[in-house]
This record gives sequence, structure tokens and C-alpha cells, in this order.
Amino acid sequence: MVSESEPGWQREVFDVLKAAGVRHVCYVPDAGHAAAIRLAEADPGIEAVVLTTEEEGIGYLAGAWLGGEGGALLMQSSGVGNCINTLALQPCIRFPLLMVVTMRGDWAEFNHWQNPMGQATEPVLKQMGVMTWRADAPAEVSPLLRGAATMAFEGDSACALLLGQRLIGEKEWVK
Amino acid sequence: MTAGGTLDRRAVVAGLLQERRELLVVSALGSPSYDLMAAGDHDRNFYLWAAMGSAAMVGFGLAQAQPDRPVLVLTGDGEQLMGLGALATIALRRPPNLTIVVLDNGHYGETGMQPSHAGRGVELARLAEALDFPSAETITELQGVEPLRRRLHARAGLHLAVVKIEPRNWPRALPPRDGVFVKNRFRQALGHSPS
Ligand SMILES: Cc1ncc(C[n+]2csc(CCOP(=O)(O)OP(=O)(O)O)c2C)c(N)n1
Repeated sequence: MVSESEPGWQREVFDVLKAAGVRHVCYVPDAGHAAAIRLAEADPGIEAVVLTTEEEGIGYLAGAWLGGEGGALLMQSSGVGNCINTLALQPCIRFPLLMVVTMRGDWAEFNHWQNPMGQATEPVLKQMGVMTWRADAPAEVSPLLRGAATMAFEGDSACALLLGQRLIGEKEWVK
Repeated sequence: MTAGGTLDRRAVVAGLLQERRELLVVSALGSPSYDLMAAGDHDRNFYLWAAMGSAAMVGFGLAQAQPDRPVLVLTGDGEQLMGLGALATIALRRPPNLTIVVLDNGHYGETGMQPSHAGRGVELARLAEALDFPSAETITELQGVEPLRRRLHARAGLHLAVVKIEPRNWPRALPPRDGVFVKNRFRQALGHSPS
């Protein structure tokens, strides 16, 4: 069941993760991840794990890697704030940590309560040693995520692709 | 309601690790990692030194990737209280090879023995039951440890055991702090080479 309004890049996120050999997809839902979440949940070759809070995914992926399997973590930019302390696991253990982050408080944000964390998202990731890329146009999503996955899995690195609000589109608010 | 219990944490952990065979162990920051080290360093031990609240999730991810081996998470009441949501996440999947043992002294021992929520009435085993864990128990006697050890080796279902231990800090037995070394050693013991 693909919704009419679901843009193609959303599916490409899943396709790139799958091609990168991802066996575990952890997530706290966000609208921009709807396709990847739905496809991961439906794929018998992937463990899709819904989390109560985003930092759970970092511990989970560290454990899966100890057991020999790789995964990815999908979240909204506000979830990056929840992850800060737990991100220390990545440089201390060194395991592939691939994150896909849908941005809020980034561009054309209606709800300014999202702005403080949205504006801090990329600097905070960088301060915790995560390499970051930004996609603001549909054609950028697949190549940037492919590159991030290569660096995460080939270099045991922490890598995040930020999906900008210009890509996701303005959220329509019914007033 | 009591704050902690009377059991000797080192005897509890040593008992759980008897005849460990295929057992994989993840220990939480602070005292549980010292207990695990005191019972004997091992290739298939993974000691956390930070990421408070994450131990159960690390064990969960490991259990999912290694379904044929029993996985034991050793944690403290304070540590697990920081990861209460993780119990709900784990309850949804019910990995049959995962056992979470909360060494409950009713206090934050590592930081100076301040009373914790568990020591003030929050019962983690009842919480696990409310989350629909297939089984949960509270152990107050040392005789309860051997059945728990057997049960975890049977991989017979997700289980949480709260073990009521004495609120007392032992001399620290420091495990290796080089997480990259411990990770590579662990993975190599499972047949995975460093990248
Ligand atoms: C996020 C975070 N907050 C606080 C601390 C400080 N701290 C270290 S261990 C610990 C609690 C340990 O209590 P418990 O898990 O019950 O273990 P015990 O030593 O009592 O066996 C705390 C609060 C920390 N390391 N990380």
C-alpha cells in the first residue's frame, strides 16, 4: 500500500539500506520515514524494531554488531537530542552506526518549538564525532545515503544523513 | 518493601556464570561490570563503562543477532530504571534467548549509595509483568540462582529476574576499558574478524 503522496526518495532510503546489507532497522516513527518503516516491517530478512526513545537504537545496534550483524537507525532531528550521551558508545566501541534523520526546525518550520533542536542537530552530531551529510533535493538522497553506508560499514564509523525540510516538504497544518 | 536485600552480589554473579558454555554476557556500567570481571574475564563478556540505561538494549541486539546462544544482561536497579522504555521495546519482541538480571541493592551504589526508585518501592519485576514479559521473578535467596542459571541456558523465553542484593560496595574489579579491544575479542570468539 503505497500512498499517492509518498515521494520516490522515501523508497530509495529503504532500497539503499537493503543493498548495504542492513539486517536491523530501528526507529522512532516520523512521517518522512513512513515508506522505509513500512518496507522494513514487511521484509522477512530485516528485523524492524520500534523504539520508545531513539538512544535505545544505539545500544541495540552495538549489540547486533557484537553478534555479527549490521543495521540502521531512523529518527527525527529531535531524537538526536535524546541520543547524545549514548552516542559515546560508537567511538568507544567502534561499530558501524548509520543514522537517517528527518529534519524539523530547519526550513519553513511552522512549529517553532522544533527550532532549537533542529538548529542544533548537525552541530551536536558533529561534536559527538558523527560524520554528516545533508540531502535537500530528491536526487541527492540515494547517492548520499550510499556513501554514508559505505563509510559506516567499511570504516566502522558513525554516519548520519540528514533529510532536509526542503526535501521533505512543508508540513501542511490545518488551522 | 525493602531497599535491596541480603544476597552477596559477587556470589550471585559467580553462580550464574558456572558452566557457562555458549553464554554471552553484557554487563552495565559500574558495579555489574566489576562483578562480571571478578567472576573471571572471558572472551564472551562485554563490559559497558558508560551509556547508562543501554545494557538491556545491547543484550537485546546481541540476542537477535545470535539466536542460538543464551544472552545474559547483568545490570543494576539504577541502570535499568534509566532504560525503562527499553523493557517495553524488548517485551514486544520477546527474544527467547535473552535473560535480564537486575542486581537490585535498592540504591545507586556506584555514586555513593543514594536510595533509588527500586529502594523506594518501584518493583521492576512487577513492571516487567505489566509489560507482558513471558516471565519475571524476584529472587531473595541464594538457592534461586541455580534454577535461574539453568533456565537461561535453556533459552526457554525472555525472562527478567530481580535479585535482591545487599547494599554494599565491593572492592572494584576493573575490566578492560578498551572497548575496541573487548569488542574485537568478543566478535572473534563468535567467528567474526575485525574489519
Ligand atoms: C547518564 C548518567 N547519569 C548518571 C551517571 C552516574 N552513575 C554512574 S553509575 C550510576 C548508578 C548505578 O546504580 P545501579 O545501576 O543501581 O548500580 P549499583 O552500583 O547500585 O549496583 C550512576 C547514577 C552516569 N554514569 N550516566
